Amino acid sequence: MKNHVLRPLFVVVAIVVGILITRTLLVPGDFGVYERGYMYGWHRKSSEADWKAFRVKYKTAKVCVECHKDKYDDIKNSPHAPISCENCHGPSYEHPNDPLGLSIDRSRGLCIRCHAYLPYKDSARGKIPGIDPEKHYPQAVCIMCHYPHDPTKANPKHQKPEVKS
Amino acid sequence: MMNRREFCKKAMIVAGGLVIPLTALEVFNPRRLHAEKGGKSKVRWVFLVDIHKCVGCGFCVKACKIENEVAWDANVTRTWVERYVVTKDGQVNIDSPKGCRDGFTSQKIDQASVGLKEIKPEDIAKGFFVPKLCNHCDNPPCVQVCPVGATYQTQEGVVLVDRTWCIGCGYCVMGCPYGVRYFHPELHVAEKCTLCYHRLCKGMKTACVDACPFGARQVGNIRDPGDPVTKIITTQQVNVLKEEFGTKPQVFYLGLSMEVK
Repeated sequence: MKNHVLRPLFVVVAIVVGILITRTLLVPGDFGVYERGYMYGWHRKSSEADWKAFRVKYKTAKVCVECHKDKYDDIKNSPHAPISCENCHGPSYEHPNDPLGLSIDRSRGLCIRCHAYLPYKDSARGKIPGIDPEKHYPQAVCIMCHYPHDPTKANPKHQKPEVKS
Repeated sequence: MMNRREFCKKAMIVAGGLVIPLTALEVFNPRRLHAEKGGKSKVRWVFLVDIHKCVGCGFCVKACKIENEVAWDANVTRTWVERYVVTKDGQVNIDSPKGCRDGFTSQKIDQASVGLKEIKPEDIAKGFFVPKLCNHCDNPPCVQVCPVGATYQTQEGVVLVDRTWCIGCGYCVMGCPYGVRYFHPELHVAEKCTLCYHRLCKGMKTACVDACPFGARQVGNIRDPGDPVTKIITTQQVNVLKEEFGTKPQVFYLGLSMEVK
């Protein structure tokens, strides 16, 4: 065949080879069809390991009880027993190494998540003791009077509140 | 010149050639065949929500946002809780301020730009809370529409996004009938509930399940007949959201009311 016919053919072949080389360089080696088939399982396999390596922040009460048995028993024998420690004390991360102490949410906003009264009588919310946050001591923090680990008791820390003038 | 007989013969051959699908010419791949037969994994995570138990405290949303590093103040969340207040005249009021991150603490219904709507307690026929999250469907439409293979389903049924591979086209955000996908405000890739894949693989439960004080959220393995969640799903009256879409959602609801969309 004559040269002027072959030349554009070489160009086309070179382009195709170029595309294929770039593709193999860019697409990760473990990209393929996995367990869920072509439609749902076409992905980079190592992405699963990436997600598995994501850092766990909430370590659950199993970790808390190892050192804070007294506080754990305190709350487990009260109506607040089902509440996870970390809901109020914050995620434990690597505590006590990092962070040394946890930032406890002592705010009114935390308590009224459940204890702001809502008039939905047939829902579980209607059965929780509730207050009207705008009328029930709106300036006070709940824990000034109530002991969060056992709401049936008054807060021992605040039985005689010191009034600062 | 071509006569009529010859033309008809050649036309038939060309038409026949066009009809052969490209897949018929594909080299046989046993691994792919095995994959498409749906290799029976021993684990298939499912989720169970008990609407009767939910009080709308939002501890699940808070825990999810912290555990999964979801932007705290941006208007995005992987899970949220909706409040339904049905009045006696049949009107349905739905809201979920900040996705219930700080719980429902007011009787007023948040109607966004319209403002807050007050409903008199005596007008309320029923009020309840519905937690929502990714349904980790058996036929996930969000995965089907991804043009680059950045979102996929693991053998345990969890739908994940490969952050390094997502091009941010948003097809999956549009494709999900449950609206559980959004864009990561900083990375600009599609984001969604991972069913706390990093916790499940360590034998833990999801952050939202651990945070729920009322047992309204549970996670379990449907392939394990002894799993308490499996027992509930197989023996009690459970329902799913938007069954008519054919997505086969794997988040089951106890006490799902017809007002829930």
